Amino acid sequence: MGSSSLHISLRPLPTLLLVAALVLLPVGLTAVDQPFYIVLASRVLIYALIASSLNVLIGYGGMVSLGHACFIGAGAYTAAVLVRAGLDSAWLTWPAAALAGGILAAMIGVVALRTRGVYFIMITLAFAQMAYYVVVSLRVLGGDDGLTLPHRAGYGFGLDPRADMTFYYAVLGIVLLLMAGLRQLLNAPLGRALQAIRDNDTRMEAIGFPVFRIQLAGFVVAGAAAGLGGSLLADLNQQVSPSLLHWTQSGTLMVMVILGGVGRFLGGVLGAAVLLLVQELLSDVTTHTALGIGLVLLAVVLFAPAGIAGLWRQVAR
Amino acid sequence: MPLALIIEQALNGLQLGLMLFLLAAGLTLVFGIMDMINLAHGSLYMIGAYLAATVAEASGSFVAAIAAAVGGTAVIGMVLERTILRPLYRRSHLHQVLATFALILIANELVRIIWGAQPVALNMPAVLSGPVELAPGLRYPAYRLVVIGVGLAAALLLYVVVAHTRVGMWLRAGASDREMASAMGVNTAWLFTAAFGAGAALCAVAGALLGPLLAVQVGMGENILILAFVVIVIGGIGSVRGALVGALLVGILDTVGRTLLPAVFRALAPPAVASEAGPALASILIYVLMAAVLYFRPRGLFPARG
Repeated sequence: MGSSSLHISLRPLPTLLLVAALVLLPVGLTAVDQPFYIVLASRVLIYALIASSLNVLIGYGGMVSLGHACFIGAGAYTAAVLVRAGLDSAWLTWPAAALAGGILAAMIGVVALRTRGVYFIMITLAFAQMAYYVVVSLRVLGGDDGLTLPHRAGYGFGLDPRADMTFYYAVLGIVLLLMAGLRQLLNAPLGRALQAIRDNDTRMEAIGFPVFRIQLAGFVVAGAAAGLGGSLLADLNQQVSPSLLHWTQSGTLMVMVILGGVGRFLGGVLGAAVLLLVQELLSDVTTHTALGIGLVLLAVVLFAPAGIAGLWRQVAR
Repeated sequence: MPLALIIEQALNGLQLGLMLFLLAAGLTLVFGIMDMINLAHGSLYMIGAYLAATVAEASGSFVAAIAAAVGGTAVIGMVLERTILRPLYRRSHLHQVLATFALILIANELVRIIWGAQPVALNMPAVLSGPVELAPGLRYPAYRLVVIGVGLAAALLLYVVVAHTRVGMWLRAGASDREMASAMGVNTAWLFTAAFGAGAALCAVAGALLGPLLAVQVGMGENILILAFVVIVIGGIGSVRGALVGALLVGILDTVGRTLLPAVFRALAPPAVASEAGPALASILIYVLMAAVLYFRPRGLFPARG
């Protein structure tokens, strides 16, 4: 089979350099006496994962979901509840969080995917709002204040997750694994079908593809990945709160995706990195970072809708 | 559950519904005619409230405040439409969502910079601050009655304009089939700007009227924006009648539900469950309604497009 334009290629040298840089980053940061930034790097990686999961939905699946934050919340709260209950092995919380995100996505997707266009956007928003209000109202989930985690989930093998560097490497491992998995998925028949449905679902239906089931599968995968990201966020902050499920979180994720490049494989990663780093830089200068973000976002949508990855592609040509 | 309380809650629901209608009408027209998702609609509502608060503080006249809010917000809205929003009509919904989300961020920060992060006071006219005796034993705040009155008047005005004037005919034609309307000679450019300005004006009225009842603060637009979107999805995009029906449904269901549902739970379920399940369910009631409506009528109750 020849290489198709849809194929997400893996160029060995750039990938190797990128991975090497990420692996050496904490070492380098410690060497220049800036270990604080290891935590920021961990946050960037986690959001890179979550934004990539949304990119699968929006960019590759054509399903514009304004409710992605609820899957993050599902995973985060699952991890928090487990750790507080004493079941604090990461090898349990990670799959549990992914499962929580996936199951919630299945439940929402079954209803939402019957709608199209703006109705889909609205109904995903509505379900996310429902999840938000339920979480806020239940005292067992901490209500408005959320829950704190007494400690991060443990990995065994004598590793201490409290050490920021250890946590960073755990996050890096998961993110690399999941990105590889997403690439496999998107290059596989399921991923191709997803993209074809994005382009013309009527045609795919007419040809005989089970459009609903394929979209649901994509929705569930994205939800599970976001759930896993949520559990990592719970570990990072050692607390979970309803704000994780607020619709502005979903909005921020969308900003990341479009900033990086909708439908480009590294779009979520680039967008997360740029947005979080810009926020970090701006917050040293002013408290009104949202103004800068808003202006940048507006400019990107109006003048460079293909995002950074799109600009890169133009420059490279 | 005393009857007076239920009637009072029903009136509150009517009031909320009519204010939601003011927001939803503009939103649904913009959506229906220009096919544009405008998340910044809530920001226009917020700007209207802030303008009203500032003018009320400066002039002491509530009427002047509303007039200033309406005029100022309409101008801002029309300028926005001409400059930033017009290029977005041709773009995908995703881009519209993102661009108008950006406008929300910008508007919130600008308001925070100009007026500060603390809520601003907008006081109702002193003459309206007392209760009115509607029936023996049933007293209702005069101000809220006025809000209901203004809301009903606005609904009537909108009905007359949309159903019985030439401009209204253009609006309905544009919502039903934009290209055809343009082909038939409707000046769509002017119509779009005017429709947007009218929508902004309605937002300002709602913002100014609700200001004394809710807090005038940064981010007030987002909460009501979601409600407005639920309303137009239920009512049917592009339909003003749908917006009215949807708004009344949402307003009354939400308000009465928040009172009735916890009471029902307290009566039927053990207190530990009732104290949480009741309010939790009450807050998601309108979303359940929306999901149910979409399930049976995927295009809403009164879709404008055939």
